[in-house]
Amino acid sequence: MDPFGKYIKAVSARAADKEILKKAQDGGIVSAAYIYGLESGLLDGVIIADKEDGFAAAPKVATTREEILNAAGTKYTVCSNLSVIKSAVREYGCEKVGFVGTPCQVQSIRKAIKYPVGYRHVPDKIALIMGIFCMENFPYNGMKAIVEEHCGIKMDDVVKTDIGKGKFWVYSKWGDVKTIPLKDTHPYEQISCHVCMDYTAELADISTGSVGSPDGWSTIFVRTAKGEEYLNKMVEAGAIETKDIDAVKPGLDLVQKLALSKKEKNAKEVEHRKEIGLPVPY
Amino acid sequence: MVRVAHIHMSGCTGCLISLADTYEKLLDILGAVDLVYALTLADEKTEITETDDKILIERKIPEDIDIALVEGSVCLDDHHSVEDILTTRKNSKIVVALGACAASGGVTRFARGGQMSQPAHSAFVPIGDVIKVDLALPGCPPSTESIVNLIMAALNGDMDYLEPFAEIAKYGKDACGCDVIKNVIDQSLCMGCGTCAAACQVKAIDMIEGKPNIMTEFCIKCGICGAQCPRVRFPELVQKIE
Ligand SMILES: Cc1cc2nc3c(=O)[nH]c(=O)nc-3n(C[C@H](O)[C@H](O)[C@H](O)COP(=O)(O)OP(=O)(O)OC[C@H]3O[C@@H](n4cnc5c(N)ncnc54)[C@H](O)[C@@H]3O)c2cc1C
Ligand code: SF4
Ligand code: SF4
Ligand code: SF4
Repeated sequence: MDPFGKYIKAVSARAADKEILKKAQDGGIVSAAYIYGLESGLLDGVIIADKEDGFAAAPKVATTREEILNAAGTKYTVCSNLSVIKSAVREYGCEKVGFVGTPCQVQSIRKAIKYPVGYRHVPDKIALIMGIFCMENFPYNGMKAIVEEHCGIKMDDVVKTDIGKGKFWVYSKWGDVKTIPLKDTHPYEQISCHVCMDYTAELADISTGSVGSPDGWSTIFVRTAKGEEYLNKMVEAGAIETKDIDAVKPGLDLVQKLALSKKEKNAKEVEHRKEIGLPVPY
Repeated sequence: MVRVAHIHMSGCTGCLISLADTYEKLLDILGAVDLVYALTLADEKTEITETDDKILIERKIPEDIDIALVEGSVCLDDHHSVEDILTTRKNSKIVVALGACAASGGVTRFARGGQMSQPAHSAFVPIGDVIKVDLALPGCPPSTESIVNLIMAALNGDMDYLEPFAEIAKYGKDACGCDVIKNVIDQSLCMGCGTCAAACQVKAIDMIEGKPNIMTEFCIKCGICGAQCPRVRFPELVQKIE
């Protein structure tokens, strides 16, 4: 099984801007790419998963650095990023839209570009597709149950959530840090994630995630010529610093292990569903 | 040259306008095909036959059409309409249901007669209820790009690309917002991307806590949401990126 999909190169990287690093989940690659895009004119609008009351996520079209920084960080709940893509082009009049999403959302936007049945004059306005690694996601009330019932932190007090080292981490604005073992979060997972066969956003121009790189750094796959050109420009402009992925720990081996474990587990579920006559995406 | 016809049934011409919205690409397409019939764009071919007791004036759908782009549904209460669609099938190699009305009835699903000057005209069906359809392209109207892609693929014989549209021709006549409920959410496949919501041209879909909520009273049964959802159909060629 192919763990990562096609890519041109893989690096470890982080944003040069300290303010981005402070607010971002990992190396701040998504926020740095967006802010660089808006400032350099390569992008004129970007899709973000905005933070709302109660640490809820809501898709939004952003056109400023402030909006991007406010949305930095991972919300472990479904955020329908595709749903605002047409309004970026229509209401906001954007011509060069930056998109970020989980692997499934990257698949969605690729399909919308290739088969734009209800997407008039949208495909040629998508300037950059960024993907974030994803093992699984949670419905809002699933995340809420994990945070409030298992970790004892109120949603309104959450400043950051993270998954790493086998645990789900919650950080409150009062300085509390609580964890629960990842296996206790399984009942709250979005079940449709169990047929998902993509861990590293294989169809993005640039994919990024935390796994494989040290804390505060991100692992990046550059997949398309467009993605490569974009990343090179960011490096030249000093927006991010990069390291050879082979020089960092734990490196791609761990990414590969996780990607394969996701794919193998979900391939079984796909087979099971087929056996009992249920449909699967084809 | 490939002979293309645009056949106007009970439609609004919006599908043809969407095709024209391609500007320079329309010229490419027109340059690559022989537009043999399109009442809106080309002189109609009128045949006048005079017999002893009457003069018959007919606008004839030509023979030997390679690709017929049919827009609009069929009014079963209008015999001209029924004849036109039968002739179209007889004379064409590939019949494309262009847009919601032709493919799934669209807004004409709600027609129920009673209006002047033809109060008896009450029954409207997608063309697939009367003839066999090869490809169906949903949308009200389908996007400009999707029409161009479909025509170019048909001209190039790119059956891989066209396969999803062949399937919609077979199974998509009952399109509705309920499709994403029945075929995606209820099958434990919806991961909440929001593609359906953005695609819906009448904003009948709201994403609420990561799942589509269909406001059925707004839905015009255009079939876009179901066609656009990647969790029903994810063609292999979408996976090819450069
Ligand atoms: C549900 C989920 C599961 C993940 N699982 C893994 C994993 O298993 N392994 C791994 O290495 N990485 C995983 N990640 C990715 C990781 O948490 C970071 O999002 C990624 O490393 C980007 O960090 P950054 O510092 O570069 O981005 P930042 O600069 O912090 O920006 C993150 C961007 O992601 C967007 N975003 C946040 N939440 C969502 C959401 N729910 N849906 C869509 N977009 C969102 C925001 O708009 C923001 O622009 C997951 C992310 C999500 C959302
Ligand atoms: S696991 Fe797959 S389906 Fe679920 S949110 Fe992540 S990318 Fe989407
Ligand atoms: S919900 Fe919208 S996209 Fe779906 S069939 Fe109805 S009108 Fe069309
Ligand atoms: S398009 Fe996305 S949100 Fe809509 S039904 Fe399909 S998977 Fe769900």
